[in-house]
Amino acid sequence: MSASQPEPHAADLVFRARGLTKVYQMGEVEVHALRGVDLELARGEFVVLLGASGSGKSTLVNIMGGLDRPTAGELWYENEALSHASERELTEFRRRYVGFVFQFYNLIPSLTARENVAVVTEIATEPMRPEEALEIVGLGGRMDHFPAQLSGGEQQRVAIARAIAKRPAVLLCDEPTGALDSKTGVVVLQALDTVSRELGTTTAVITHNAGIADMADRVLVMTDGRISDERRNATRKSPDEISW
Amino acid sequence: MSVLHRKLGRELLRMSGQALAIALVLASGVMTYVLTSTSLASLLTTQARYYSEYRFADLFVDLKRAPEHVGERLRDIDGVRSVDTRVVAMVNIDVPDFTDPVSALLVSLPDEGQPALNRIWVREGALPERADEVLISDAFADAQSLGPGDTLGAVINGRWQRLRISGVGASPEYIYQIKPGDLFFDFERFGILWMRRQPLATAFDLDGAFNNAVFALRPGADARDVIARIDDVLERYGGQGAYDRDDQVSHGFLDTDLQSLVVMSRVFPAVFFGVAAFLLNVVIARMLAAQREQIGILKAFGYRNGELALHYIQLVLVIVAVGSLIGTALGVWLGRGMAGIYAEFYRFPYLDYSLDVGVAVMALTIAALAALAGTGHAVLRAARLPPAEAMRPEPPSRYRRSWLERLGLGGWLDQPSRMVLRHLGRHPLKSAITVLGIAMSVAIVMLARFQVNAVDALVESEFGLAAREDLTVTFTEPTSYRAMFALAAEPGVGQVEPMRMVPARLRAGHREYRLAIRGLVAEPDLHRLLDIHQQPIRPPAEGLLLTSYLADTLGVVPGDSLQVEILEGDRPVRQLPVAGVVPEYIGMNAYMELTSLNRLMREGNAISGVYLKVDADERDRLFQRIKNMPRVAGVSIQREAVRSFEEDMAGTVLIFTLVMTLLAMVIAVGVVYNSARIALAERARELASMRVLGFRRAEISYILLGELALLTLLALPPGFLIGYGMTHMIATALGTELFRIPAVIAPSSFAFASCVVMAAAIGSALLIRRRLNRLDLIGVLKTRE
Repeated sequence: MSASQPEPHAADLVFRARGLTKVYQMGEVEVHALRGVDLELARGEFVVLLGASGSGKSTLVNIMGGLDRPTAGELWYENEALSHASERELTEFRRRYVGFVFQFYNLIPSLTARENVAVVTEIATEPMRPEEALEIVGLGGRMDHFPAQLSGGEQQRVAIARAIAKRPAVLLCDEPTGALDSKTGVVVLQALDTVSRELGTTTAVITHNAGIADMADRVLVMTDGRISDERRNATRKSPDEISW
Repeated sequence: MSVLHRKLGRELLRMSGQALAIALVLASGVMTYVLTSTSLASLLTTQARYYSEYRFADLFVDLKRAPEHVGERLRDIDGVRSVDTRVVAMVNIDVPDFTDPVSALLVSLPDEGQPALNRIWVREGALPERADEVLISDAFADAQSLGPGDTLGAVINGRWQRLRISGVGASPEYIYQIKPGDLFFDFERFGILWMRRQPLATAFDLDGAFNNAVFALRPGADARDVIARIDDVLERYGGQGAYDRDDQVSHGFLDTDLQSLVVMSRVFPAVFFGVAAFLLNVVIARMLAAQREQIGILKAFGYRNGELALHYIQLVLVIVAVGSLIGTALGVWLGRGMAGIYAEFYRFPYLDYSLDVGVAVMALTIAALAALAGTGHAVLRAARLPPAEAMRPEPPSRYRRSWLERLGLGGWLDQPSRMVLRHLGRHPLKSAITVLGIAMSVAIVMLARFQVNAVDALVESEFGLAAREDLTVTFTEPTSYRAMFALAAEPGVGQVEPMRMVPARLRAGHREYRLAIRGLVAEPDLHRLLDIHQQPIRPPAEGLLLTSYLADTLGVVPGDSLQVEILEGDRPVRQLPVAGVVPEYIGMNAYMELTSLNRLMREGNAISGVYLKVDADERDRLFQRIKNMPRVAGVSIQREAVRSFEEDMAGTVLIFTLVMTLLAMVIAVGVVYNSARIALAERARELASMRVLGFRRAEISYILLGELALLTLLALPPGFLIGYGMTHMIATALGTELFRIPAVIAPSSFAFASCVVMAAAIGSALLIRRRLNRLDLIGVLKTRE
């Protein structure tokens, strides 16, 4: 897959969303997290989602990853209608295609770095070896450490290794650098960039940090449950060029 | 081994203290189950084998005297396979250097070889050959240190004779070697003596005749039908009514014991499995809450609900497996010991002990089911949690002022006490469940003490308040009051009170029961009857007073009418009203006023025994003289019997109490320790923060351990209540014709149970205190809640 700007055409669309709406019931209040989102994501595309807290970024990414279902609207992953999938089908979808990275790493504390990756490769169809995935994120030397023995950045890189080890078609990252200082953040972003370029994974990254937007093919800005702005970068900057 | 298995292994290791505590509770359940089930199974197998190898008879009958040819008529009864006619008699015997009266049941053997039924297991020596030889029962031989070659003196039909012991043995007919009419063993003062038929018959003027017969039935024969025919045949020979094994004393007692083992094998494991299920529920629910986000992430990566549920269930099953293994090993080990104790107790010639693999599998299955019942719901709910929701941290806990504070008592409480109360109030259900768990262990300690309390209460009521006589002298046949006056004139005899016993069959509809109706004087002072309030009542002038358990068995209430068939003398059959009931703990009795009973018998003033109060100093000399009185059939010393019974039981009771107390402590520690560990995990951050703020170790320990102390104290009253309920349940379940166990709990038991449980709680608290002292202040503050 080319690392430069892809021209999306219908055959190469991975995600298609039409009028996605999500309403949460929080006690007696209805929260409209998404108010009709239309979106298309091409294969291999690197997309950054910007927006204030509560703008609906996480909800959108969770729905795309099959963690949640929309209240209304349509979402297609290739030819599968995720918006109408059963819980079991969503599980299979995640199992086969999706890798996640979360703000708080969410590693399993009782497993070493290697085992945290292996937990995913064991249920994947054509995974890389856990060691390979850890090499990619530059953690080849710390594979047998437990999460408690790793720094925040290292933990997040284990989380990325875990997400990419199954060679996912889609990589979804929710504030991957949110809990990290800028130096560590850059290392983590480099890992994401490498994966996206080398594996051709379709990647969506949620962030508060507008600087990160420069490493994307496309930047979507969300406000109040809608995509309020969209722009394309002429070139993807490398993470170390990004001003933090 | 998959990574998830490794995760499971490490987590188990981390919670090994808690897991072990739960495994031990499960082990207690498995142990009691395996122990009781295998003992029961081996006793039943042994009993069945002993019965069949030594040809235990099916029916039994006593009669006055029938010529030998009547035996042929009995043999011809349809359904009878074989008959042994015998001579059986009670005699008083002299054991060298033993002054107390000793009685023995003389049972005849055919003139050569073994009898066809109720064969003898010869433990030592040989069957008697010569006319003056006897084989004596093993328990009696052991209690008196007698063996082959020793001699005994016996007063046989008024003549003193020397008997030589040819051997020691037993038979399935007398596994329980208890004197007819007695309720406690007294191996020193009662034995069975087997003698050849000819000399025995001669001594009792029963040449060419018999006064007892035993029967084996053909397969499929109707016992009731055969009994009716036997009674027809023997009516004119003074037949006292044939009866089957259920009414046979030894079998009846043995059966009662085995029944109580059945009850134990159900009740105790059930309690332990219940507690284990509850502990697992608490611990696993807490673990699932702590791993909420891990579950979320695994689901995000596509783990299926089933895979996650299985993962946590495997964790539970590992605990079950460890518990079952420990429990089975202990159960098998103790089971062999316990079956051995029982076998020795009953003096079985052998013991068929084997661990049925089925029992172990069953125990494992029950333990697993209990564990799954306790955790299944929480595991499934966690596995089904939508991943997006699972990864969101749990909403912050809501606290509110405790009711004590809302009552305006808040001012009295310091800050830490307030925290304790609010924390309890925040999880009322969890607090309640913990209280219930601790209460269960209180209840189990009370059960452990129950046996002691019950026997004490039984002895106090039956022998302290009701049967206050020192001695009961029975005569060989109904006699006049002169025999009583003769006894009363003996030096050392205080009070005397006559009584009459008449064998009878009581019928109400299709239900019937065979017993000896007891005629008592109008206002008994020695052998008294007590109502439910332990107040003496008089025997009725009209009708019968029944043991309440007998009234229930016959399905009658006061005012109903009973058919009474007397099995002696003219054998009158009468309809008599039930005049009332007495709540006796021992045996099933029917009482009448002596004069009414004699009127019914149309025999004038006859008595068959005398209750005596005697002077302790004159006791031994009195025994010597009574033994040599012609018409005395036997002398019972209640107090001695009770004392030897209590001595016999003391060891067993002590072991039982000890084991139960240990098991209760396992539960108490399991519950308290687990609750504390969970509380610590939930509040480590809060407590560490307080340490950072300058609180001392003792102060934060108070917050955590004060809560446990409060829960333990709160658990005592419901524990007492549950213990009381379980005591009642078990007492009811164990009630039989022979015994009803009074459901009483001595005040000391409440104190004992409280102490045991508080000791277990303090022990758990000390274990937790070590962890509290090692609280990592920086580390704890860094972890995200």
